[in-house]
Amino acid sequence: MTPVATPFFFYLFAAIMLIGGILVITRRNPVHSALALIVALLAQASIYLMLYAPFVAGVQVILYAGGIMVLFLFVIMLVSIERSMKERQFNSQWVAGSIAAVALGGLFIAVYAKGEKIFPHHAMRITPDELLNTQGVATMLYGQYMFAFEIASLLLLVAIIGAVVMAKKRI
Amino acid sequence: MLHITTLHYLVLGAALFILGVVGVLTRRNVVIVLMSIELILNAVNLNLVAFSHFWGGLHGQVFAIFIITDAAAEAAVGLGILIAFFRNKETVNIDEVNLMKW
Amino acid sequence: MHAIIDYISSYLTSEKTPGAAGNMFWVLVYIMLVFAGLSVAVIAMNWLERKILAHMQVRLGPMRVGPHGLLQPIADAIKLLLKEDIMPAEADGFVFWMAPLLVVLSAFTVFVVVPFGPTHAITDMNIGILFMLGVSSLSVLGIVMAGWASNSHYPLMGALRSSAQMVSYEIAMGLAVVSVILVTSLHGAGLYGVGGAGAGDGTLSMIGIVRAQQEQGVWFIFKFFPLGLIAFFIFAVSMVAETNRAPFDLAEAESELTAGFHTEYSGFRWSLFFLAEYSAMIAVSSIAVTLWLGGWLRPFPNLLNGDTWDQAFSFIPGITFLFFAAICFYNAVRMPKHPLFRVQTIGLFGFGVVLGLIGLILFIPAVSIRVQDIFWFAAKVSGFMYVYIWFRGTFPRYRFDQLMQLGWKVLLPMGLGVLILTAIFGLWPSIQQLIQRLI
Repeated sequence: MTPVATPFFFYLFAAIMLIGGILVITRRNPVHSALALIVALLAQASIYLMLYAPFVAGVQVILYAGGIMVLFLFVIMLVSIERSMKERQFNSQWVAGSIAAVALGGLFIAVYAKGEKIFPHHAMRITPDELLNTQGVATMLYGQYMFAFEIASLLLLVAIIGAVVMAKKRI
Repeated sequence: MLHITTLHYLVLGAALFILGVVGVLTRRNVVIVLMSIELILNAVNLNLVAFSHFWGGLHGQVFAIFIITDAAAEAAVGLGILIAFFRNKETVNIDEVNLMKW
Repeated sequence: MHAIIDYISSYLTSEKTPGAAGNMFWVLVYIMLVFAGLSVAVIAMNWLERKILAHMQVRLGPMRVGPHGLLQPIADAIKLLLKEDIMPAEADGFVFWMAPLLVVLSAFTVFVVVPFGPTHAITDMNIGILFMLGVSSLSVLGIVMAGWASNSHYPLMGALRSSAQMVSYEIAMGLAVVSVILVTSLHGAGLYGVGGAGAGDGTLSMIGIVRAQQEQGVWFIFKFFPLGLIAFFIFAVSMVAETNRAPFDLAEAESELTAGFHTEYSGFRWSLFFLAEYSAMIAVSSIAVTLWLGGWLRPFPNLLNGDTWDQAFSFIPGITFLFFAAICFYNAVRMPKHPLFRVQTIGLFGFGVVLGLIGLILFIPAVSIRVQDIFWFAAKVSGFMYVYIWFRGTFPRYRFDQLMQLGWKVLLPMGLGVLILTAIFGLWPSIQQLIQRLI
């Protein structure tokens, strides 16, 4: 399908993601931050669709927005936050943190400005066949990256056991 | 400006990364710090998928899927630690995690 | 002007869904049609649930508001719209407002990929089933938010339980779905046919799954005989648990938790939850019908094939509506002959006449050809709706720990077992070759 109005959609979703990100780090109420993060994640799934990566977009919605954020909301509800909402919002190292972030920003700007010859500045090369994206990812996942796939499943097992043990009252 | 190139996606990823770093370094509430870490991981994912689209291969997308899986595992364990921490200290304030400083 | 007419009519000759053809006008038309159809279906579901549940409990249900209670849902809707909108004092206003919105949005967005026919879908994404699973998992967020924003412990407990239940049964649903996706990549015809899979075959798109059933000549519920049935059973149980319906409705049962996560919601906000619940039921039933029961295919597409059987089956939509009209006339004749009942009798006669006219229109061949697919799809989904109501009237409620035990300790291993066995059945020729080479 031919892409339609790409700049408009890109700027729209980029604005949603940035506003969501800013709301995440500035809201006092953690539930509002979680909501802003959900909105940012869904906008990111849309950007993945624009980048011809439908499978990654689907995984993002299912796992990130529908799984990890539910986990976050559960924990926020279990951890009583009324007292924490009345305290100060920014921690005691906020000055050093901001300076570090500004330095990082300056580094990014320097790299992207000076390295335009290295970074791909012109248009995207290929319009891939998006009908075979899932099959291609599956072939690669079960072929070339099979070992990483198995290690990832082991990682998830360890994470499950670890999370259960950490959250139990008596082991 | 109007023609969307790979650099646009990279700049967006960098902006999200900086937002995440600011969140991790300056917020007091542990849950919001964990959410800022998720923002950082998402920025990295965006970079990877943008480059995967540029070069045409699917390696970036597979790597992004692994990162999403990894983020899920890390969020679960991190939140488990948070619950254990909360049970001991009755607070989610990061400034209270200073046991090494007597 | 001509360009607009050309744009609109250029879609009518293409054999694709409006999304695939990129035709925005027809996408909007289809969205409006699906939205209208869904609203009518939810209203009908409300009436049907109360009447069928009542008849199962040997009582009559609503009889007063219209003839046999047919206008009861409209009365309910008017009441809910006119009720006072209460928000608890300490509730978080924004989150309280957002929660029903999120649940309704996720319940309705699922219908973007539901295929009512080979080209009658809003669009046919090539990650269709993944999209549906993902969007329906967003409703858990809405429920958690609803429980938290009400700032009261009954909704909080209800929301925690409800979301834990939904997340647990999503896994079993996913495994059942994966075993079907595995089967779509095979090419053999018939109940146990395997004919090797090429690289890049198999599809996640909903229309592709029904076409695979058409090509393999068997509905996936019967494929590899007990395995398709067991996978369907796992999905059926999980979908009832996923939509928080009886017997898994501990989280919103009045006797247990005073209506759970929507305790503090009243009036129009509550009706949004209610709308979302019925839409979610129809959505997961559509998934089950598409994946296992052959979507829009008529029954026995291969056993009773041929033009005469096609012709015979094409009369069934008209006959169904004429049957409904006959029931209306029969009941209208049996109404009490009292002057106060005159309006209701006339109303029921009128309704019967409308149904009869629809039935007669459906006999016209031009209409009947286009409506066949949608009718069979709707008939199968209606069967599922009846089974939902039947479950509600028959089974006692599961206790919460029994519910979680069922999801994790029974359905999850069964799903994994079905997946492995389906893979073994599906790859049997390759396994045979491997064994021969090893021996």
